[in-house]
Amino acid sequence: MQFKKKSKIKLAIPTASMPDIIFMLLIFFMVATVIRQYSGLKVKLPEAAKVQKLKVSKRHISTIWVDKNNNVVMDDIPVKNIKTLRNLAYQKLVADPQLIISIKADKLAKMSIINDVHQELRKANTLRVNYSALPGEF
Amino acid sequence: MLIGKKKEKDVEIPSASLADIVFLLLIFFLVTTSIDTEKGLDLVLPPPGNEEVKIPKKNITNLFINAAGQAMIDNEVVDVNQLSGIIKEKLFENPLLIVSLKTHKDSEYRVYVEVLDQLKKAGAKRISLADPDEE
Repeated sequence: MQFKKKSKIKLAIPTASMPDIIFMLLIFFMVATVIRQYSGLKVKLPEAAKVQKLKVSKRHISTIWVDKNNNVVMDDIPVKNIKTLRNLAYQKLVADPQLIISIKADKLAKMSIINDVHQELRKANTLRVNYSALPGEF
Repeated sequence: MLIGKKKEKDVEIPSASLADIVFLLLIFFLVTTSIDTEKGLDLVLPPPGNEEVKIPKKNITNLFINAAGQAMIDNEVVDVNQLSGIIKEKLFENPLLIVSLKTHKDSEYRVYVEVLDQLKKAGAKRISLADPDEE
């Protein structure tokens, strides 16, 4: 009988407010986290019908921007001389062997500059590229 | 007394596991949502080096793009939009076909992407870029 009496007293930590606490934590971390984002160059991407999603996650992607005035930027590092691109790409490849280069070039960019980029990437052995394009109909 | 007895019974929905349920939902949606994934056309560049890989001539189709945005395949100027059909026919005849793409230095990138798109549409897996300084 004594046991029964004791068990009638309810002792419980109130857990109803736990979601609130955890959401506050979540929101704090969301606000405090900085997502890596490159501003790049202003480009008008070409359109293509057979676009597909990149198979790797964003951290394995380096982006090369090429605008119509033949400016080249790789991950916010301006590439003045196209020959320096080889070194940049090679360093990125050594740091991450799964690297995929995403080329974001303006639709009016000339193929001479794109070909130069191709040649430098080939010499750096970064062979997997992806031409960024907007999904469109042709 | 009867009414009093009824009041003593605590009828409550247990809310301790609410947080777990909400987090499960949250994690589910976090995993299934894809935030503005990059889309584009995949291509693997030919490896560096000058060693010539011997490929029988009948397995290669040369595709040129000139500065005016015209495409030429097998010495015949064709419309870019018709490329996928032509390539598809060629692939049907010879599944080992390699398309060698060469662009003029003044041609626009837009045309290049269009041509690549046509090749993908035709299902051509073996695409090669010719060295631009060969000429």
